Order: sequence, then C-alpha cells, then structure tokens
Amino acid sequence: MIALDRIGFAYAADEGSDQHGPATLRDVTLSLDEGELVLLSGPTGVGKSTLLGILTGLVPRYTGGVLSGRVLLDGVDVTRTTPRERAHLVGYVGQDPAAGFVTDTVEEELAYGMEQLGLDPATMRRRVEETLDLLGVADLRDRDLASLSGGQQQRVAIGSVLTTHPRLLVLDEPTSALDPTAAEDVLATLTRLVSDLGVSVLLAEHRLERVVPFADQLWLMTGDGGVRAGDPADLLSDSPVVPPLVGLGRAAGWSPLPLTVRDGRRRVRDSGLRARLGPPLPDGAAEPTAAGPDRHAAAVAVQARGLVVAHGRTPVLRGVDLTLRAGTVTALMGRNGAGKSTLLWTLQGTRARRSGTLAVGGLDPAAVTPARRRASVGLLPQTSADLLYLESVAQECEAAGPGARDLLERLVPGVPDDRHPRDLSEGQRLALALAVVLAPRPGVLLLDEPTRGLDYAAKAALADALRGLAADGHTVLLATHDVELAAVLADRVVVLAEGEVVSEGPTRDVLAQSPAFAPQVTKVLGPPWLTVAEVVARLSDGSEA
Amino acid sequence: MSRVLARDLHPVAWWTWAIGLAVASSATTNPWVQLLLVAVTVLVVAACRSDHPWSRSFRLYLTLGAAIVVLRVGWRLLVGGSYPGVVVLDLPRVPLPDWVLGISLLGPVTREALLAGLYDGLRLATIVICVGAANSLANPKRLLRSLPPALHEVGTALVVAVTVLPQLTASLARVRAAQRLRAGEDRRVRGLRRLLVPVLEDTLERSLALAAGMDTRGYGRAGPASPAQRRTTGTLMATGLVGVLVGTYLTLDRTIPQTPARLLLVIGVLLAVAGLVVSGRRVPRTRYRPDPWLVPETLVAASGLTTAAVGLWVAHHQVPIAFPDVTSVPQVSLVLLLGALVGALAALVAPPPRRVAT
Repeated sequence: MIALDRIGFAYAADEGSDQHGPATLRDVTLSLDEGELVLLSGPTGVGKSTLLGILTGLVPRYTGGVLSGRVLLDGVDVTRTTPRERAHLVGYVGQDPAAGFVTDTVEEELAYGMEQLGLDPATMRRRVEETLDLLGVADLRDRDLASLSGGQQQRVAIGSVLTTHPRLLVLDEPTSALDPTAAEDVLATLTRLVSDLGVSVLLAEHRLERVVPFADQLWLMTGDGGVRAGDPADLLSDSPVVPPLVGLGRAAGWSPLPLTVRDGRRRVRDSGLRARLGPPLPDGAAEPTAAGPDRHAAAVAVQARGLVVAHGRTPVLRGVDLTLRAGTVTALMGRNGAGKSTLLWTLQGTRARRSGTLAVGGLDPAAVTPARRRASVGLLPQTSADLLYLESVAQECEAAGPGARDLLERLVPGVPDDRHPRDLSEGQRLALALAVVLAPRPGVLLLDEPTRGLDYAAKAALADALRGLAADGHTVLLATHDVELAAVLADRVVVLAEGEVVSEGPTRDVLAQSPAFAPQVTKVLGPPWLTVAEVVARLSDGSEA
Repeated sequence: MSRVLARDLHPVAWWTWAIGLAVASSATTNPWVQLLLVAVTVLVVAACRSDHPWSRSFRLYLTLGAAIVVLRVGWRLLVGGSYPGVVVLDLPRVPLPDWVLGISLLGPVTREALLAGLYDGLRLATIVICVGAANSLANPKRLLRSLPPALHEVGTALVVAVTVLPQLTASLARVRAAQRLRAGEDRRVRGLRRLLVPVLEDTLERSLALAAGMDTRGYGRAGPASPAQRRTTGTLMATGLVGVLVGTYLTLDRTIPQTPARLLLVIGVLLAVAGLVVSGRRVPRTRYRPDPWLVPETLVAASGLTTAAVGLWVAHHQVPIAFPDVTSVPQVSLVLLLGALVGALAALVAPPPRRVAT
C-alpha cells in the first residue's frame, strides 16, 4: 500500500550552506501492506523520526535537508504533497501527544481533523462516538485535555487522528513516557485497530520488549543509512540490540527465537532449560550488585518519616516513609501520577512538605540555601535539558564548578569540548546534565526518569555509570518505568501508588511479586530469576563443570 | 424551571448580554445604578456559570473591580487637591519642583473630589466586571469557534495563542526549579539568561510540534477555489477595508459633511461582509456540534440589549439622573431601575449549565 522507493535523505551540514552532511538514509526501499503493524527500531539519533517524517510529509518541510527518491501511496507519488493534503491518508502522533493538541476538550479534539477536512456534521458525530468507544475514552468526553493522565492523552491523540479514517497511522515512541500498564493499554488499542479496522500502523520505538510481540514486520535502522526489513524473529537473531526474552532465547540456543512470554514459557518446558539451570540461586549468590562490603550495615544516607505533600487540598504524598543506605541504588516505580516526581523534589528539599521529618546526611535539605542543598542532594529533573543554557560543553562544565569536566569524562568519555549541548546525542546530553548536577559532590543522587528516549546502549552506559557512583559511596534513587533497567541496576525497589508506599524491598522480591512489574526473564522462568546475565552466567558455569 | 434541560448557552448570547450591561454602565455615573448592575451580573453569574476551569475566574474580576475603585479614590486623594467643595480632610500640600508645573501632591481633600473619584471608579469597575461575567459564563475559545468560516484559521491561531500563556508559566516554573539544582551565574542579568534560554528553547520546540501536529491534521488545506474566485474575494475584501478606513477617518473629521462620510463607511462595511460571505462559502471546513441559537439565546441577548437601550435613553433624556451632581444625593428614576433589573432576567431564561464530570 505504502512504498518507499530508493529514498535518500541528508540534513544540511551547516546553517545556510548548500553542502549537505552525511546521509541519514541511503537508497532505502521498503513497503508496508494494508493492516500491517510495523515496528521501526534502531539506536537513538539514527534517523527513526526522519523516516517517519518522510511518510507524513513533515520532513524535509519542517527540518530542512535534501530528500531524493519517491514515496508511493497506492502507486501514486505523494513525495511532493504537503502534510495537510495527506491528512486524510496518513495520521501522525508525535512524541509528546499533549504538544499536538489544538482544542481543549476530548470531544472537540477528536472532531478537529474532520472539521478541517470538511466532513458533514452527521458523519462527524457518528465517528466521534465510534472512536470514543473504540479507544475506551467515552467517559472522558467532556474532560479538559490538560487534566488527563499520560496514557489517556496518548489514546486521545491516537483517536484524534483516527477519526479522519487514515490508511496509515504513524506513531513516534507512543509508549516511552508511559508506565507498564498504560503502555500495554495503548499497544492493545493499536493491535485492535490493526485487526478490526485494517489500519496499517508504523511505530518507532527502541524499547523492543513491549512491541515486538505485536509486530508483523521489523524495520531495523543500521546506522549507516540503511534499513533492514523482515520478520522480527529472523532479524533479532543477529541484531546488536534485543529484548531480554530474545537474549534469553539466544543464550539457550533456541531457534526460532521466542517473541512472546507465552512462547518463551513453552520453550522452557519443551527444552528442559530449567533442568540445565539447576536449582534456583542460592541466597545472595547472584545479587545484581557487588556494591559496598555489607550493605545492611552501611550508613543511612536518607531518612524520611511520614512525608505529607499536598497540591492545594489534594494530597500527593500521604505519609511516605523511606530509608536509603549509602552505596545502594534504589528504583522508584509506580504508575503515572503516583507521586514519584513529587517525592524526589521533596527529598531534594525544593518542594515544601506539609508534615513529616527528613534527614539527608543529618541535614534537612528544605531548611538550607539552594547552594548547600546542591552539595548534599543532586537531582536530575525529568527534562534534563532545562539545566543547560550555555553554548558549549566546556562552558557548561566551567559554570558548573571544578570537577565537572572530569566527571563527564568518566561518565561518557570523549565528548568534544566545543560542541553545543543541543547537538549532543540523548545519552551524551544526559551525561552532561548529570555531570553538572554531580559537580558540587552531593552524597545523594536522585534521577527522574533518566532513561526516556535512551536506546539500549545508552541505557547500559547509564547503568554502568550509576553502579560506579554507588560503588564510590553515593546513594542513588531513580524513578523509572523501565522494569528491565530496574532489574539489572537496582538493589532495592520502592513502589508508590496514590502517594503511599505499597511495596518496598530487595529488587528480586518486589519485581517478582507483581505481574505488572515483573521483567521478562522472571515471567518466563519464574522467580527468582531476574536478568539474562544471571542465566548466561549459570549456563556457562554449567558447561565448564 | 426544573424541566428545562441543562445545556451551554451560545457564547455570543452571553457576550451580547454582558456588552449590553457594560454599555448601560458606561452611559451613566450614577453610583446606585452601577451597584445595581454589579449585583445583577453577580446574580446571573452565580446562577448560570458552569464548573469549567474558566468559570472560576469571576472572583478575580470582582477583586480587580474593587482595586480599580480604591485606586481611583486614592488618586483623587493624592493629586486632586484643588477640587472646590466641602473639605473633609485637611492635608498639607506638598509642592513639587517647577518642571511638573500645575501639579501638587495632597492638599485639602473635598467631599466632592472623593465622590467624583468614587463614581468614576465604580463605572470602570462595573464595565470590567461585565466583561469578566461574559468570560466566566461562556468559554472565550468557543466564542472564537463561532467566527464566520472565512476567519476560521485566524480563530484557530487565536485559540492557540490563548493556550500558550499558561504553558509559558508552567515552563518558566519548571526551568526555575531546575536551574536551582545546579551551580552557575547568580548575578541578575546573566542569571536571567539561565532562565530565558531553556524557556525559549522549550517554547520554540512546543510551537514547532504544535505546527507539525496541526499541519498533519489538515489545518490550512486549500479549498477548491479557482483563481477567478480568489480574485473576486480579494478585491471585495480589499475595497471594503479601504472603504471602512477612509469612512472612519472622514466621520471623525468634523469639518467634512457627515452624510457622504457615513455613506462611505456603510458601503465599506457591506463590501467587507460580502467578501467574508463569499470566501466563507468556498472554505471546506465544517463545524462539529455547533452551539444552536434558540429562544433562550434571543431572550438573554435581548435582556442585555434592553438594559443598554434604557441606559442610553436615560443618558439623553434624564441627564440629572444619569450624571448626578456630586453635591447632593443621587436620584434614581423608575425607568433606569427597571432597565437595570431587566438584565437580571437572563438568569431566569437561560437554561441551567451542564455539569462536567471530572
């Protein structure tokens, strides 16, 4: 139905120059059939959004650059058609759905696209009702868009482009900002659209584990301008980035690789992997951490008792107790709006609390000046770019204080001094912001969803860096939706719901208890197995013995 | 009344009503009438506003009105020293240097000066409160949606512009909190840069995302218009607007005969309206669930317009009542009283507001 015919694309090398830089896409020929769900993946910065933009017509119109080749829709060349003239054919939902909202209530937002196309009122009315039901947002119809949760906003955004009945739906990282349950809701909605309505869906995502089970086709961007297309199971067998389940399959030598947890369980049963692995780990043998000599005896770095924080009259935190020990990494989890960010800002001292006591290294951060606060607690906010304001990496490091440059070198080696922070890759920019926060040498480091927009490689680098900091005696608390990251990185997990701590304990116990938070390896092998690395280690031990 | 179904009244009806009251208020300085008009608006807003976020802004307008009155009276105290009349408070006069000739601070305060300030302030406050009432009764964005189709795109742009302000405030607060997390320039001017650079980058990125979103959803699609049609509408609009401009200028210039000037103005308006209608016909947009204009809408608008008409009539025919002397207690005529009360009928004829589940 949609075909890309020998597409090539390169951004302009410099402002105003006719020269163009290295090719983002080179001679790409792909096709997408009716009713197919295609997953576009690859490392960050490799041009996933560019490829999506070429299909919607936003690239090169909004970005500049040179496009060659043809985009064919049912055999008709639409390469030179503007996005607005493609509106009835291609629906597009961007990375931040809230940024694309034009009106202010759910119902009006659903109707907006149809009003632009000039559909008659009766059709509009019917389609709005159908779409409200299809996406399960009928009870939200009169709600103000700003008051919706992340998952609801994402579904409304999908609905608002669906009402024009496009042939192709293009989504840019639709689940990256969502908690595991909301992400599953959105994906279930998408698969329903594909199977019930025959809409084709193309979505970019680098957290493969969520989407791979639903994909008919995988487009893997290789980084040199090429795109490999094919069956997910085939492509993943030698892909450098794989979801944990595929990693497990590779370690166990299964072929074809399992893509769903159900597949995986069946393979475990048939292949006798459990017998090969032997009895579950002895206590503490493969604890995911080696930090600190004895963590239970380590000094208490953060002690919070009965923290209550309210927004107006609405309570956000209702009596949170939290103890963090020096040299540990703790993951803070919970659905969107559970109070994770608020807790971090309260621990940092900026957010005023109603009641409760807080001691960070014997000091109440809420009672001291911002400069002293920085020296005891570092916080990396959700949009870490808010921290950066200067023109080059060197200037940023200099303004942050002595030692920032060395820290950056340790976190990510080889970032050029003269580069503008906005030209860095996501991972490098995050490391720069982290170095700026760590420059005053705080003992406690809080991170608010640092992995949003990071690919597997950048995530692994971040995990290494955080482990290193913990080994130096830092206390790390990170809020995240990424269960797989929590499984490899965290010593302990705290789960918040409705502003209360609902479960708290060692990672292995907490993640295995909850079906929503269990990582894929736990789902397949059952507790206490947590990560692929553990399985790989045990298998290699077994083969040596 | 309980049998009337709950629905939102057409925004144009509420705005007509409110402007009617504002016109009546501006046509008189009588404090009793102003207070009565404020009471009428408060009553109607209390009875008819819904529980949308914008409805909560009315209290803000009331506060603003009170502030205006206080400021006006305070101003009279400060610089209105030479008003003749009964002195109620004899303050010493503070002379100012020569270059502000003719102005002196404080001085004896007369009852008349205070009253004149009070009447004046009350009138301005009432007008502000009327606008506030319209704002809290009808979503200003829905009002923009009622624009003629030809102005649809301008309307959308205005809606977006209205949304930007709260977003800017939110992004400013976020960046401020974030910047306190790091060391850096603390001085005033350089410190401002820490705040502005991320906020502006954020705003720019948001605007681009919104523009891209609107574009992919068909905003600004060209209609099926032929070049000849485009020329016709263009000519109509341009000629019409020139007519309006020249007409307005001539009407304001009192040395020129008024009849041809007014004629020119009317022709200009007619041409512009014709241009709007013709271009609107070609625009392929449609409107989802437009607000209907039914009997209650007409009644509400009529009640406001009646109040305005009565106010204007009194201003021409009962001058001592419309503009009472500050030396005696102001009087109210029955016509004026009834006229103001007609405005309150809106509360009775308007349907009850819809309740929104949150």
